[in-house]
Amino acid sequence: MSVIYILITVSIVVAAVFLIAFITAVRRGQYQDSYTPSVRMLFEDELVTDKDAAETENKQSS
Amino acid sequence: MEHSGDRCYHCGDRCKEGTVPYKDKVFCCTGCKTVYGILSEHGLDGYYDLENNPGVKPAGNSSKYDFLDQAEIAGRLLEFTDETIEVVSLYIPGIHCSSCIWVLENLKKLHKGIRDSQVNFPKKTVRVTYDNTATSLREVVLLLASLGYEPYISLEDYESGPETEDRSLLYKLGIAGFVFGNVMLLSFPEYFEVREFWLEQYKPFFRWLMLLLSLPAVFYVARDYFVSSYRSIRAGMLNIDVPIALGIAVMFVRSVTDIVSGYGQGFFDSLTGLIFFMTIGKYLQQKTYTFLSFERDYKSYFPVAVTRLHEDREEIVQVNALKKGDRFLVRNEELIPVDGILKRGNAHIDYSFVTGEAHPVSKTAGDKLYAGGKQLSGLIEIEALNTVSQSYLTRLWADSSFGEKKEERYHNLTNRVSRYFTPVILVVALLSLGYWLWQGKTDTAFNAFTAVLIIACPCALALAAPFALGNLVRIFGKNKCYLKNAAVIERLAAIDTIIFDKTGTITGGNTAAIAYEGEQLDAGEQDMLRSTLRNSSHPLSRQLYAILKSNGILVPDTFEEHTGQGMEATYTDRHIRVGSAGFVGEDDTSNTGKTSVHISSDNRYKGRFTFRNVYRPGVPELFEVLGKKYRLVILSGDNDSEKDTLERLLPPGVQMLFNRKPEDKLHYVKQCRRRGARVMMVGDGLNDAGALQQSDAGVVVAEDTNVFSPACDAILDASRFRDIARFLKISKNGMQVLKVSFLLSFLYNIIGLSFAVSGKLSPVVAAILMPLSSVSIVSFVTVMTNIISRKLKQAAPL
Repeated sequence: MSVIYILITVSIVVAAVFLIAFITAVRRGQYQDSYTPSVRMLFEDELVTDKDAAETENKQSS
Repeated sequence: MEHSGDRCYHCGDRCKEGTVPYKDKVFCCTGCKTVYGILSEHGLDGYYDLENNPGVKPAGNSSKYDFLDQAEIAGRLLEFTDETIEVVSLYIPGIHCSSCIWVLENLKKLHKGIRDSQVNFPKKTVRVTYDNTATSLREVVLLLASLGYEPYISLEDYESGPETEDRSLLYKLGIAGFVFGNVMLLSFPEYFEVREFWLEQYKPFFRWLMLLLSLPAVFYVARDYFVSSYRSIRAGMLNIDVPIALGIAVMFVRSVTDIVSGYGQGFFDSLTGLIFFMTIGKYLQQKTYTFLSFERDYKSYFPVAVTRLHEDREEIVQVNALKKGDRFLVRNEELIPVDGILKRGNAHIDYSFVTGEAHPVSKTAGDKLYAGGKQLSGLIEIEALNTVSQSYLTRLWADSSFGEKKEERYHNLTNRVSRYFTPVILVVALLSLGYWLWQGKTDTAFNAFTAVLIIACPCALALAAPFALGNLVRIFGKNKCYLKNAAVIERLAAIDTIIFDKTGTITGGNTAAIAYEGEQLDAGEQDMLRSTLRNSSHPLSRQLYAILKSNGILVPDTFEEHTGQGMEATYTDRHIRVGSAGFVGEDDTSNTGKTSVHISSDNRYKGRFTFRNVYRPGVPELFEVLGKKYRLVILSGDNDSEKDTLERLLPPGVQMLFNRKPEDKLHYVKQCRRRGARVMMVGDGLNDAGALQQSDAGVVVAEDTNVFSPACDAILDASRFRDIARFLKISKNGMQVLKVSFLLSFLYNIIGLSFAVSGKLSPVVAAILMPLSSVSIVSFVTVMTNIISRKLKQAAPL
């Protein structure tokens, strides 16, 4: 029956991992601004096309 | 060419004064064109794809930021600095859409020196990391300004430095949740008192683990309660934290003794649950509006530095360094930081912020200027008469009422209840202890004593206010009435006198109705008038120019502006004078106090344009409704020219006081409060700051919540001005809901106490009763507050 020790330990360790993840998230300021990242993640595509556009422009001019 | 109704491609404004074409696009001004140029050159055209016409018109004036080159000033603004890297957070009021985020986060493409930039949209700040060998703070700020994102840097930023945030409550919330979940799981097996072999065997393991887990909850998360109750006992006042701290302490001690002696499993489940719920309550109460500040004083409005003239040289000094006798320059649209005498230049000063006067005034050399006025045209030179903190306006903040925190003036309902609650609980606990000792049952005596204190721990009582008032604060916020904290609702509910400021509060901001009285102007005269006004930078001329319609622009043959009086111009054979009554040759007496522009053409008096205040829609109705329940006062810094209009507009019984200086307003409110009145002050500018601070509830009406408001308890969007009566009614109903929930919570306590005094409180009863009471009360207040504020949602404009 001593498997219960292992199980309880595992369960608490798993919970502790989530707690640590939460604390690191807070420390990195993820809870400071809950709006901007939701917009920022939509930008990635535009960025790429812009780079392409800029490169083609450069090529044309050179 | 047709260009979508001639709207600027950059900022979306209508192109009123002609268009500036560039690369098949049209712009309203060269500023906007330049921004487009900079962005497209660096491949940042995407800015215009995300939103239509996202831009902000850039404001010129690049020498404005020269002060940022001074190491001492820059150093105070920086968040981080080392040999090569500097980090600064800048507040940019212009941030308003996703394109703004995009372009501001791509700053590094515009300047090589910039390493990284990150926008916080709700706070409207951008945090820029740059290489200080390749660029400087001034260059970064100028780059932002050239894009139309002009940072706002005030004396406040300089004096307080970069702000740091307190994240401890979030940590506590996480830890409390973690502990609560695990303890709940571990205590579950014992709830059913099954005498199974393996359960018996592992009991000590489970129990000691729970004890271990609860330690951080009790000693870290709940520490605030112990500190707060210690303070309140020392101050001779039993606040709600006292019975809570007592409950937590007793629960912990009892549970530890239970486990050590092997008597039972203790109350760790209830203990950690209680701490977790209370932390949630605290978190909800603390939640504030990140984009608003309720603590601002004059420093938020004042510039950091000014250009001082010293031995014929211009030098930039920090405003606090200005001394009596110093000469300094104030540019267009800048605030005058100290009282002084105008030495050179034409001053048109907008004092609406300082005195509540509705219209700008003209000053000539030798006139006295007061700090806080805003120069509206061109460069002026001023000789300082005072230091910043000694000036007419800023002296207001020396009043003692600014030293005390409003929250300390009041004991909230929860704490008032707790003052009686705590002694009653202690008496019940001691009585049951005495009773069982008298019966000779020492064990039961100890159990009953601790059980009373545990079950009486006013968890539900303490949660009712944060949830009820917190929910109301959120509902108010959705309806554009932003409260500083939940305690404001309690104070709003107790109000019996409402004092209104006039200018900017019951009149609408900058809009003035202009009416013409006199002889009709013919077409030629209209053209002349408009063309003449066009040459003037006087604020009244500009307002008038904006509303006049005319066919053509004429070029005057001669044009002369007489400062403080008016201007005259000749057009081939005709002559026009525009200005004050005396200047155009009219002995005006019927019209004193009103702001007018008089016109004469060919030396014949034609008539006058009168500027009137425009009252916000719904003002008469609002006063009608409020007049039935509250004493109403209008306290204005302006002259009494509007008295008749107001008397006609408002119901009888409204007291009206005019020509009140900022400190008069403060003293008036103070007097009212001394007489026992509960005062709500409704104002808008710095001139109301004293009265707002002194009142029980200070409400600022703001046209645009992005613009700073002086320190207050609530910021109300001007569009919801007419709902003031509704907000007050809901506050009152909210307090009633709170009182009912207190009664409910007492009911739970009585049930729990009946278990406790008999010494039969088992952990499972406590574990059921405590969350049950908390959850039911929290849902009761949430549902009820939503019901009472339904009217507000219906009234919301579409």
